[in-house]
Amino acid sequence: MSSAETTTPHDSVSLYDADHPAPVIEPPRARTKKTPKSTRTNFEMYGWLFMRLSGIVLVVLVLGHLLIQLVLDGGVSKIGFAFVAGRWASPFWQVWDLTMLWLAMLHGANGLRTVINDYAQRDNTRFWLKMLLYTATVFTVLLGTLVIFTFDPNIQ
Amino acid sequence: MPAGTLYRGREGMWSWVAHRVTGVLIFFFLFVHVLDTALVRVSPQAYDDVVATYKTPIVNVMEYGLVAAILFHALNGLRVIAVDFWSKGPKYQKHLLWTVVGVWVVLMAGAFYPVLQHTLRTLFGS
Repeated sequence: MSSAETTTPHDSVSLYDADHPAPVIEPPRARTKKTPKSTRTNFEMYGWLFMRLSGIVLVVLVLGHLLIQLVLDGGVSKIGFAFVAGRWASPFWQVWDLTMLWLAMLHGANGLRTVINDYAQRDNTRFWLKMLLYTATVFTVLLGTLVIFTFDPNIQ
Repeated sequence: MPAGTLYRGREGMWSWVAHRVTGVLIFFFLFVHVLDTALVRVSPQAYDDVVATYKTPIVNVMEYGLVAAILFHALNGLRVIAVDFWSKGPKYQKHLLWTVVGVWVVLMAGAFYPVLQHTLRTLFGS
């Protein structure tokens, strides 16, 4: 900063001295008595990191899933109960699908949370849209997990 | 929404818009997909009935659209990671986007017959 505001232009002598101290300017964002003890966590940073880490894993899991279900071996023609039973007979594909379910749902839920925060302007709208999102997410993750763990190929 | 404003961010902005739109679409499909798969716990018939919907021409074409959305979101997601973590990523973000678009076009061309073969065979014979 230039000192022009606090000095006379010609002799560079300060306007302030011990008897006329300069006004104190509080630093912006200074914590005051009214500031809660912990207003900040690193939640958003961990969310940001999770999107990237889960994204890399999902590229492999989801593109592999699409390749098997929609591209190889006749595309969608072959899909049916017998095909699902054949794949879930293997713990490898059970773990694959379970991991994909959890990561995709959390990745998608966090993405939609961001979209809601961006576009829903009223506090109430934002709150209820997110409650709806979290409810649907928990329900879907639990349902999918239950289905993978309790799948019975001999169900009639 | 504030009216009359348009951020003319070119490639960076439009890839961001496409990433959002595809992400939301994929997430909504994921809900439906977990629900339809859950029918394997009801009965083989119930599951095969709903899968028959996936084999109709219109839904088959929508599956090709789903592949398009997922491929773009996956490839552009890798670009976002490169922009965030690779020191030269921001400098080359436009080149990276056109690489994404190029790879996407090639993969979509390659997926055309495999994904749509069920419909092509049904409509035009074997």
